[in-house]
Amino acid sequence: MATNAYVAHAPGYVDNDGPKIITGRFGYEDSHTLARFEATGGYQGLRRALTMTPGAVHDEVRAAVLLGRGGAGFPAGVKWGFLPPGRYPYYLVVNGDESEPGTYKDRLLMERDPHQLIEGCLITCYALGLSQCFLYVRGEMALAQERIARALDEAYAAGYAGRDVGGTDFSVDVVLTWGAGAYIVGEETALIESLEGHRGMPRLKPPYFPAAIGLYGQPTIVNNVETLSNLGWIMVNGADAYRRYGSDSSPGTRMFAVSGHVRRPGVYELEHGVTTFSELLYGDSFAQGIRAGHELKAFIPGGGSAPWFFGEHLDLALEARPVGAAGSMLGSGAVVVMDETTDAVEAALRLVRFFARESCGKCTPCREGVAWLARILQRIVDGRGRPSDIDLLLDISDNISPGPYPVAAQATRALAAVPFPPRQTTICPLGPSAVAPIVSTIRRFRSEYEAKITRRDSIAVRAAS
Amino acid sequence: MTATDSLVPGVDVVDVTVDGRTVSAGVGELLIEACERNGVYIPRFCYHPRMASVGMCRMCLVTVDTGRGPSLQPSCMLAVTGPMTVETESPTAVKAQDGVLEFLLANHPLDCPICDKGGECPLQDQTMAYGPGESRFVEEKRHFEKPIAISATVHLDRERCILCDRCTRFADEVAGDPLIHFMGRGGSTEVNTFEGEPFASYFSGNTVQICPVGALTAEPYRFKARPWDLTETVSTAWVDSVGARVSVQSSRNRVLRVAGVDADAVNWGWLSDKERFGFQALNSDGRVTGPLVRDGDELVEASWAAATDRVVAAVSGARPERVGVLGGARLTNEAQYAWAKLAKGVIGTDNVDAQLDDGLPAELVLSLPRATIDEACRPGGVIVLLGIDPKEELGCLYLRLRHAVRVDGATLIEVAPRSTGLAGLAAHSLYPRPGETVDLVEALVAATTGPATGAAGCEASAIAAAAAALVGDVTVIMGRGSLAESADDMAAAATMLSALGSVRFLPALRRGNIYGALDAGLAPGLLPGRVGLAAGADRVAPSWPRIPAGAGLDARAMLAAAAAGRIDVLILLGADPLNDFSDRSLARRGIDGVGTVIAVDMFVNDSVALAADVVLAAAGPTESEGTFTNLEGRVSPMSQKVTPPGTARADWMIASELAIRLGADLGFGSPAEIRAELARVSKLHRPLTEAALASAPVEGVVLTGTEIPVPAVRVSALPRGRDLRLVATRTMYDDGVMLRHCRSSRGLARGPEARVHPTALYRIAAEPASSVRVASKRGHIDATLIVDDGVPAGVVAVGWLAPGAPANALIEAGSSVTEVTVQAR
Amino acid sequence: MSRLDADNEARARRIMARYPRPRSALIPLLHLAQAQDGYVTSEAMRHIAELIGITPAEVAGTATFYEMFKFHPVGRYLVNVCTNISCWLMGADDLVAHAGATLGVSPGGTTADGMFTLETVECMAACTEAPCLAVNYRYRLRVTPEDFDRLVAAIRAGETAEEIPLHGSLARVDQSIPEDRMAGVVPPEAARAAPVWLAARGSDLQGES
Ligand SMILES: Cc1cc2nc3c(=O)[nH]c(=O)nc-3n(C[C@H](O)[C@H](O)[C@H](O)COP(=O)(O)O)c2cc1C
Ligand code: SF4
Ligand code: FES
Repeated sequence: MATNAYVAHAPGYVDNDGPKIITGRFGYEDSHTLARFEATGGYQGLRRALTMTPGAVHDEVRAAVLLGRGGAGFPAGVKWGFLPPGRYPYYLVVNGDESEPGTYKDRLLMERDPHQLIEGCLITCYALGLSQCFLYVRGEMALAQERIARALDEAYAAGYAGRDVGGTDFSVDVVLTWGAGAYIVGEETALIESLEGHRGMPRLKPPYFPAAIGLYGQPTIVNNVETLSNLGWIMVNGADAYRRYGSDSSPGTRMFAVSGHVRRPGVYELEHGVTTFSELLYGDSFAQGIRAGHELKAFIPGGGSAPWFFGEHLDLALEARPVGAAGSMLGSGAVVVMDETTDAVEAALRLVRFFARESCGKCTPCREGVAWLARILQRIVDGRGRPSDIDLLLDISDNISPGPYPVAAQATRALAAVPFPPRQTTICPLGPSAVAPIVSTIRRFRSEYEAKITRRDSIAVRAAS
Repeated sequence: MTATDSLVPGVDVVDVTVDGRTVSAGVGELLIEACERNGVYIPRFCYHPRMASVGMCRMCLVTVDTGRGPSLQPSCMLAVTGPMTVETESPTAVKAQDGVLEFLLANHPLDCPICDKGGECPLQDQTMAYGPGESRFVEEKRHFEKPIAISATVHLDRERCILCDRCTRFADEVAGDPLIHFMGRGGSTEVNTFEGEPFASYFSGNTVQICPVGALTAEPYRFKARPWDLTETVSTAWVDSVGARVSVQSSRNRVLRVAGVDADAVNWGWLSDKERFGFQALNSDGRVTGPLVRDGDELVEASWAAATDRVVAAVSGARPERVGVLGGARLTNEAQYAWAKLAKGVIGTDNVDAQLDDGLPAELVLSLPRATIDEACRPGGVIVLLGIDPKEELGCLYLRLRHAVRVDGATLIEVAPRSTGLAGLAAHSLYPRPGETVDLVEALVAATTGPATGAAGCEASAIAAAAAALVGDVTVIMGRGSLAESADDMAAAATMLSALGSVRFLPALRRGNIYGALDAGLAPGLLPGRVGLAAGADRVAPSWPRIPAGAGLDARAMLAAAAAGRIDVLILLGADPLNDFSDRSLARRGIDGVGTVIAVDMFVNDSVALAADVVLAAAGPTESEGTFTNLEGRVSPMSQKVTPPGTARADWMIASELAIRLGADLGFGSPAEIRAELARVSKLHRPLTEAALASAPVEGVVLTGTEIPVPAVRVSALPRGRDLRLVATRTMYDDGVMLRHCRSSRGLARGPEARVHPTALYRIAAEPASSVRVASKRGHIDATLIVDDGVPAGVVAVGWLAPGAPANALIEAGSSVTEVTVQAR
Repeated sequence: MSRLDADNEARARRIMARYPRPRSALIPLLHLAQAQDGYVTSEAMRHIAELIGITPAEVAGTATFYEMFKFHPVGRYLVNVCTNISCWLMGADDLVAHAGATLGVSPGGTTADGMFTLETVECMAACTEAPCLAVNYRYRLRVTPEDFDRLVAAIRAGETAEEIPLHGSLARVDQSIPEDRMAGVVPPEAARAAPVWLAARGSDLQGES
């Protein structure tokens, strides 16, 4: 019953004809209610899980090769296995802080299908023997907070959450909590700091995963909203059914938000690892091409932190490995499309300014370096650039992310791509993220920088039509 | 000492390649430390060896290869786990470090020439050595309002701050006063206080010392000197008995700054503000710079000859048992010995007491098996806090104890008259009713082997839980607790605890060099070396003209005798009985009843002003040479850095001079000669050779052993009244004479407060925060009524010497408890 | 100027009870304060510090890290226009300019009547619906200049009162866990053993593989 059209009550969501694992209920206006959820197979996955041993549930998730959807793409089943045996209590922290530029999917999942997420939380707690779950929703997302609060109240009342879940002795509390506006809190250790009531500043690695030392110093699993939203379906249909979708290394489906200069921007659920950027940007069921009369200049394949892609990358599949090999990352399923009217320097400024504004300030290279980068870019855009600024931008970038930065643009110059993530002098990847747009644009559109610096007429500055 | 010598015993050692050289590192040791120990200094700003690493500044990045290829790692965060190859000067590392330095300088003002830190600034040094020649940062620098006062003594220049988290980490982790904090985010992050809540920490000055730039400056030193004008000497802090090691820094014969020295066994580089800024009193206008003699109501200047004549006349005209000596904790060990010899060996009186009934019986302190601070703080140990609040009385000990509990997993049991500054870290807190600590401890000891019963207002369950924790090696930190009860209660409680298996004691008397005084025999019945009159007589006989026949009077008995007209001469060695003795009325009557009062002092304190006939001007700390003995028995140098003001003289010289005028030669001409004699006459001091002192310039020499048996203590019966009982405890800042003369601590003493538990309110016809009168049968003081959960029910807690409200006005010396009433005014 | 009132203090205590450590409730409590007064007052921060048992400086340290908290009065309606990449591509700068002209303020400013504060913000997770804005965190998507003017008129006319609460109040639904349904808070130091239900299953957590 796919309409291949926007769904009014799920703004931006396009109900296309691909397989649906997590957006299946978006068509219903009341998809956020328990009644609709139960009427459409809701909590069956939890019921099934409760008939199995916790270990068997974990095995099922491991077998499904469910890749994390928060950005790093780490298999959930494997990450779960990092919990050090016996060091109870363990906690679950759900990452609903979606703020990566271009990313729009977790908010939809929380607003449209909160029970699906709650079911995923409960399955995780059961599989791993977790003692308490904290569902951390981005501060600005008032509607998502309301929907989840209501859904949790319904779930508690109906016996799906809290004491004696589903009539068994399995008991765990799922607690809604929320932030107050800080992109960096999406980084999992910063998220934990925030949940402890501190400034949301990332912790030092190692340990590389909070599974070792997390909330209150205890072993903690952090998973993304979309990741967990898959679990109900997997428990009902099994890992084999899940792996029938998508590619071998990236099974299942994934939500992608296509924004910018396309005819039909929108959020699409599509088969993971199979669909190509070309299909996503130009396909009839998807974004339907660059807006009329214009052509592709560049696109960002995985959110504001990702190095940019260009026309020559369109045939890559939406899968972590090939995208990484080509010098970028699939990140958080955010594809930002820019046509030829886009001023590359200003676009870079937007992103770098964002990272400067969102730097937590904990480490020197990011706090001072990224702010410096943003100010140089602003100067260039304002027509006060200096000829030495381009090299300065690159050298500052090198002091934040030393060595050859992974630049997709290098492919056109027959340079080998460098694997992601880059090296960093910083504590977390936020600082290096600011380097991505700079290196991408200087490599590919250096002349635009030079034109601004020498005050010659630059190409159309106005991005909007 | 080779590099491996300083590794902790029992730690596995691995080979690490540092810049091509193979060196040894302990497993678990931080790479930055391992490199430094082997002579490779990695630049750093946020790392501080006495605090948890945070890895924030990124200055210490080096290339590390553990077998998976070289990568950049912060060496302050990376613990050595196995063999690794480290390059501190690889092109990648150098580029990263240079980059960080450039980033730090981007927003840093170029005001080194007017900055207090200029000349001793790690950021400046680093920039001179490796920094970019010319700034590529052409943008406008970040601006903040120039220095803001974040406390009475500390100023913060946020433009200079490099956000290394040292001060904020210190405040939170080390001091437990998170009153300064990062505010804002990213590029606009700043350190600040909450509006209206200054950085009122007893330890605030440490942040100035550890700030790696000139962002934090201390008011007493601002613009006073340039680092290259200062010379320094290592000495010992004198304001309390911890004996923190300090660097005394002066310029042109004036002490301008005191900084903490990292003595591993003592203060780890930290100081309380009183230790750090207390030197200001020495420079104050109130100093006595020459002898004074009484002329009617006034003390007028006199020559040393005239003043000495009066002293000699008074002393030689009195029978020995009618002469008394009070005080002496301010003196160096050497001066204490000289005065002990003068009083006991020349004058022949045993009426000598360095304590003013404000501590614990000397025999008890000297007889119980002593612990060091390190032993008390050992990982996983058990610490019983008996009576004392180290935060208020012994600042650096408080910091060490905090660390022991927070980081090293020690268990703290608090047995105190009211909640202490460590209550938040205590595993068990027991607040017995005043005067009943001994009952509580009796119940506690009984509960270690049998069922628990309630005692002294504490519940059986709480006693049982605390008793269960009393296992393994226990250290009792024993103080006087409240001064409103006789010392017998605490003394008996301590004795009772000593019966438990392996218990050691860290006595926590506060006053300066009080342990040196007791070890020198400045107490009735004792001779130098923790030995009684009879037992020690043979040892001093060859050097002393005479020895008192029997034990003399302690402070309380001496003042009572004086009040009864039985003392002709009273010598106050830096003592102020009016304020320091437990009973103000008796102190007053005592000094009034004496024929001649002689003060040897740096200041005219209240007692001196009231009653002294002669004042002999004494040199202060930093003005004379000698040694200091701390609460562990650790002896360390008190160094001379400047000359005394006017004609003030070292205390030992005053004693020598008087002895000669009294017809005896003390027989020494320098502190070193005194130490040599001390080592001859005292078994305890035998290890204290010049060589031993020289070989431990920072840690000092710990004197151990005692020849004094544990005394039997009798406790008297308690009154059965239904009045509130008084608790009077010392506070860090009070109206003491040194603090009155110390500019930066003026105003820091809290006004008079009467603190009561919320449930006590119904017995008091007064509103919280209103002014009340606290009265005993002895007298009264006026104070503000404060409701405080940390005060047990049935108790009124006051500070010992709040300005204008001396608690000793309420107390009758020696009474088992002090009952008071509280009424609205 | 104001501490949490009695109702809000009771709510604060309920929220704190859901976490193993009270400090974890700090951000929700600050939101509570902002909902009460429209911004976070110093007195409220002191009160929260008391409730949680930390210093006011620690409360402020956390509070000032997060953009949503305001420490001075702002308009009753906080208009956040996204200017990050996707919205910028679709004309966000024009929308900001238009909004500024309509309201008569520049970004950061508050209208003279105290009704509106205009802010530019970073990505709001509505990128496909650019340009977008939020008024007191209620989203408006694919906003044209005309849409904006209609929205402002509707707010001024009180027509949006139902949907858009005054600044400070966020979600209008609180999670409330009935006592008899609550599994129980598990503080880190409490349980060194597995949850009872898990122990009862005698299960090996790691499964077979
Ligand atoms: C700067 C930064 C921002 C991030 N933001 C988010 C985010 O908003 N949401 C999210 O789920 N993960 C985010 N992540 C990734 C998380 O750290 C973490 O990897 C993820 O939540 C794990 O969940 P998953 O394994 O289910 O993907 C971010 C990471 C970084 C470094
Ligand atoms: S890289 Fe930036 S965001 Fe990450 S820890 Fe450092 S300052 Fe904070
Ligand atoms: S000294 Fe290691 S990061 Fe600052």
